[in-house]
Amino acid sequence: MQNEKKVPIWAKIPNWVWVLISVACAGALWFFANSAWPAVFASPIEVWDAAVTRAVSGTLWEHTWASLSRVLTGFGIAFVTSIPVAFLMAWYDPFRHIVEPWIQFIRNIPPLAYVFLIIAALGIGNVSKITVIFIAAFLVQVVTIYQGVKGVDTTLIKAARVLGAKESDIFFKVIIPASTPFILVAARLGLSTSLTTLMASEIVGGDRGLGMMIQQASGYYQMDVVLLGIIMLGIIGIAFEKIVRFLERRFTGWQETVQQ
Amino acid sequence: MAGNSAAVKVKIDHVVKKFQTRKGEMTALNGVDLDIHENEFITVVGPSGCGKSTLLNIIGGLEKPTDGQVLVDGKPVEGPSPERGIVFQQYALFPWLTVIKNVMFGLKLQGKSKEEAEEIAHKYLKMVELEDFANHYPKELSGGMKQRVAIARAYATNPQVLLMDEPFGALDAQTRTQLQQELIETWEKERKTCFFITHDVEEAIILGNRCVIMSARPGRVKDIIDIDIPYPRDQATKMSPRFLELKNEIWSQVYQEYLSVRK
Repeated sequence: MQNEKKVPIWAKIPNWVWVLISVACAGALWFFANSAWPAVFASPIEVWDAAVTRAVSGTLWEHTWASLSRVLTGFGIAFVTSIPVAFLMAWYDPFRHIVEPWIQFIRNIPPLAYVFLIIAALGIGNVSKITVIFIAAFLVQVVTIYQGVKGVDTTLIKAARVLGAKESDIFFKVIIPASTPFILVAARLGLSTSLTTLMASEIVGGDRGLGMMIQQASGYYQMDVVLLGIIMLGIIGIAFEKIVRFLERRFTGWQETVQQ
Repeated sequence: MAGNSAAVKVKIDHVVKKFQTRKGEMTALNGVDLDIHENEFITVVGPSGCGKSTLLNIIGGLEKPTDGQVLVDGKPVEGPSPERGIVFQQYALFPWLTVIKNVMFGLKLQGKSKEEAEEIAHKYLKMVELEDFANHYPKELSGGMKQRVAIARAYATNPQVLLMDEPFGALDAQTRTQLQQELIETWEKERKTCFFITHDVEEAIILGNRCVIMSARPGRVKDIIDIDIPYPRDQATKMSPRFLELKNEIWSQVYQEYLSVRK
């Protein structure tokens, strides 16, 4: 930036070329891993073949959709409910005093630990899987949004009051917009937690889902399918990330410290 | 100048403010009495922690006095109101609103139509010479520009009294001088009653009709100095013998208070 003369050569390479280079390097590493441990790392070609067969037969999409719909439902319910709960905690102290210890306690328990409790209560079907995802995503999001609401600059609230804002104006015109960056951070964390928890929820049974697909395949030592499942989860994760990034640029571009 | 003949706009009537701290009760203001006259520009100086900001918040209605009261046009202050605009040191612009929407914020709350609010906002953005930045976000502005937006926003709701809490304290010397000059010119035009806190003695003299010196905590009015320097004032005024005399006088008083804090 300050030294205009010495621009390194790689500074001129556009971003999309870097992505290609990065992917190519990953591919090379993958081929290397395949040649070193063929029994563990199926080659990219094998995985591609596995993907094509399953895509054509449709089972890949069935598994993917089963997982995706679980994640989105669990996350969606958690997102919608965590916002009012977080605001209630920030505004109403007795509620916070009672609820916050619960949240802090449960939040640190790995979901896998209480999966069995939930299955015992709700059965092995979709409902229990979504519930596990919901709990994990809800806790992460409540904590994040609550901290955001608590952190709203009090000078802004004062400034609004002086300009004639009533309590409801302060809520809708100051607190809510000031908290949107945190709500979006919460969404990002919530989505990645949902994806992590999905694995815990699918580990215990059922017949559809990427977690199940991976587990069944590993039972038959079909490492190409295992890798395919892992890659699908990675793609879903990246897609979530991109969507939230887009929303952040769209809704919180006004922030002083926006990542470019 | 604005003289004692003008009507009393703000009457600060034996205001006491005590805070509960872990170490017990702390008295921030210990019986402050002050009459601010219509159209007067009052500046307030005093050592840190003397309760200047607390006093401003009480006039603004953001804090309640423990004892005593503040009357504006004879009516006691009950809470914050657009009648008493505040400019904060930290600008306090809403970062999610564009410059013009920030200025329109209070106008919309007053129930003005979008068109009317826009018109008024443009007028005041013109006053602070930021019309070209109407659709920018605060993050795109420098500190000085942000504070000019905040000043425009405070003016836009047409308050009876303008309260400013070290508004230029966070700015560099050059920007600060420029904004002082703009504020003098604006005041000469609009003659709004102003209550301006600063820790900069020069600033207090160049801007004010009267300068209130506050004692160290617990804060009281230690002295009030008439700034008998005629308008128009500009930066050259800072070289005039009378200015230097006043600066010396006020500074030595503030310094005494500062020393008493250190002890």
